[in-house]
Amino acid sequence: MRILDLLDEVRFAVTANKARSGLTILGIVIGIGSVIALVAVGAGAQRSIEANIQSIGSNLLLVLPGAQRRGGFSVSTGRGSATTLTSADADAIALTIGAAHTVAPDASRRYQVTARGTNTNTQIVGTVPAYARTRNIIIQDGAFLTDAHIRSVGHVAVIGPTTRDDLFGPDAPALGQRIRVNRIEFTVIGVTQPKGGTGFTNQDDVIYIPLPTAQRFLSGDSAISTISIAAADPASMPMLQETVTTLLLDRHHIRDPQLADFSVLNQADLVATAAAATSTLTLLLGAIAGISLIVGGIGIMNMMLTTVTERTREIGLRKAIGATRRDIRTQFLLEAMTLTIIGGGIGIASGWGAASAISAFSGITTAVSGQSIALAFGVAAAIGICFGYYPAWRAARLHPIEALRYE
Amino acid sequence: MAFASSALLPVAPVSDNCMIELREIEKRYPTGDTETVVLRDVSFRIDAGEFVAIMGPSGSGKSTLMHILGLLDAPSHGTYLLEGTDVAALPEDERAAIRSRRIGFVFQAFNLLPRATVFRNVALPLVYAGMARRVRRAHIERALTAAGLPADRWQHRSNQLSGGQMQRVAIARALVNDPALLLADEPTGNLDTATGEVVLETFQRLHQEAHRTIVLITHEQYVAEHAQRILHIRDGAIREDIRNHAPRIARITSPHAHP
Ligand SMILES: Nc1ncnc2c1ncn2[C@@H]1O[C@H](COP(=O)(O)OP(=O)(O)O)[C@@H](O)[C@H]1O
Ligand SMILES: [Mg+2]
Repeated sequence: MRILDLLDEVRFAVTANKARSGLTILGIVIGIGSVIALVAVGAGAQRSIEANIQSIGSNLLLVLPGAQRRGGFSVSTGRGSATTLTSADADAIALTIGAAHTVAPDASRRYQVTARGTNTNTQIVGTVPAYARTRNIIIQDGAFLTDAHIRSVGHVAVIGPTTRDDLFGPDAPALGQRIRVNRIEFTVIGVTQPKGGTGFTNQDDVIYIPLPTAQRFLSGDSAISTISIAAADPASMPMLQETVTTLLLDRHHIRDPQLADFSVLNQADLVATAAAATSTLTLLLGAIAGISLIVGGIGIMNMMLTTVTERTREIGLRKAIGATRRDIRTQFLLEAMTLTIIGGGIGIASGWGAASAISAFSGITTAVSGQSIALAFGVAAAIGICFGYYPAWRAARLHPIEALRYE
Repeated sequence: MAFASSALLPVAPVSDNCMIELREIEKRYPTGDTETVVLRDVSFRIDAGEFVAIMGPSGSGKSTLMHILGLLDAPSHGTYLLEGTDVAALPEDERAAIRSRRIGFVFQAFNLLPRATVFRNVALPLVYAGMARRVRRAHIERALTAAGLPADRWQHRSNQLSGGQMQRVAIARALVNDPALLLADEPTGNLDTATGEVVLETFQRLHQEAHRTIVLITHEQYVAEHAQRILHIRDGAIREDIRNHAPRIARITSPHAHP
């Protein structure tokens, strides 16, 4: 049988029952489309987190409470619950490593914030003036926290542009305004420049207050969430990491570094950690979408089996006039593959569209990669082969007489 | 012979003219614990150019015999020489190749692809024979003309045709590969008398003018009498083999001339 004739037969068969073919294709479209869209969301999250980490600079060390596990580090657990670092640890580090490097501890938590009747839930970072240098914070209006604010345990706040918009309205004047956190009043003394972060690493939706103020009035203890250390130059990073680790192990009376109740991470560690977390996310999203792809494949098999049963007499006739088993098998397999490939093509387009829509409406970064398109297309073809093979094999195996006698 | 592979030697010398030779053909079907014997000790010869009717009551084994003659099924026992080659035990794909090139079938139920055009239906055997597209047209037109289907119907879909026209399309499809043997199983069974007459006339014409070898299966004496020779089958055995020296001539009554 010639390939053009085969394609003709396939086109004829697929268009024979347009509604049924359409619904079967729809199953594949949904499967492939959701794989593309969800993997794009996962990959986008990964990309934006990595970009954020990279933007904080290559000479930053972070000391976090909680232990780093081998092969992965739970950022949220470490930052949220463990309280093994104190201000005294930060002071000791500053004293040991010298003035060439900048040390900035912070105590951060999310709180409800109110101002003139509006309210929002945001990250309150209790910290010191040096924090601005370690995290490249640039002030747009007013000023950042000063040593005087630290000494006087001042009730002052520097807010991010997103927080300003949420509390006072877009681009409204904020300097001198009052905000309340836990019924404690703060005066806004500065607004930072937008950094353009997204999602859960948004550095624009944040409020900075003096560290002692946060510890005394908000958390009520001296626990520290992070100690940021900006090295004078990247070359001194390994030595610095070593020094800080040794110092803290000593201060915490821990002999075995494996049992450390804190973690000292550089940027590469953070990227690896975030990548591990987000690739798990991508995998999970992909797996969920993969299930719908399998359901779509079963739809193909179901339709093809129905088709084979309905066309039993036709198959018998084709065999009687000279079709070989291979001709029949190829035709039915190609019918199934045609459906999945059409579905795959439309699915890729609509998945891409959905990913763009998600970006446009929710601000979440998405990334559709050529790799995921190639993968989806391959998967579509493979589904056509896998789920189409059994019906095609059944059709080819039909005995011509039994097929012709079939009522 | 196109299909005769060197491994398949003629079992016995046969005359040049022999189309079909059956020797002691038997067909059994397992039914539960026992076996049903559908054909027993069937032996006969049909020469090239003969028009033979196989006649018998319903259930006598006519269709089973035709399936064996048409290589749609294999006998349980016995020898079948088709154009001198033993074809009784060929593998399925080789039988498909012979069906494609040497045999044309006409069924009681027409078995056309309903949504496909007349042209596409008739082209199908050429498709499976692997004939190049551009040379098909001439073959299809010749077959349709031989089957007597008016040219204004050739682009119709087959389910838009009358029964008689559908059977003519089926005959054209059977003829298009220029087969050595034409097998028709109750070709008039689904048609009224007048339309049936048209189909019988077509067979007679193909026999007389084109010297086709035709095996016509029927349960009706009247239909069988259109052939040159009548094989009577009963309970799976050939009972009589009669030369019909004065075949009935199919008459086309005017309103159904081209129904
Ligand atoms: N696959 C089968 N299994 C068992 N019995 C069969 C099978 N096919 C046909 N038969 C039996 O063989 C007999 C002859 O059938 P058939 O050749 O169709 O007769 P006819 O065409 O003369 O009416 C019938 O009794 C039928 O029941
Ligand atoms: Mg029958």
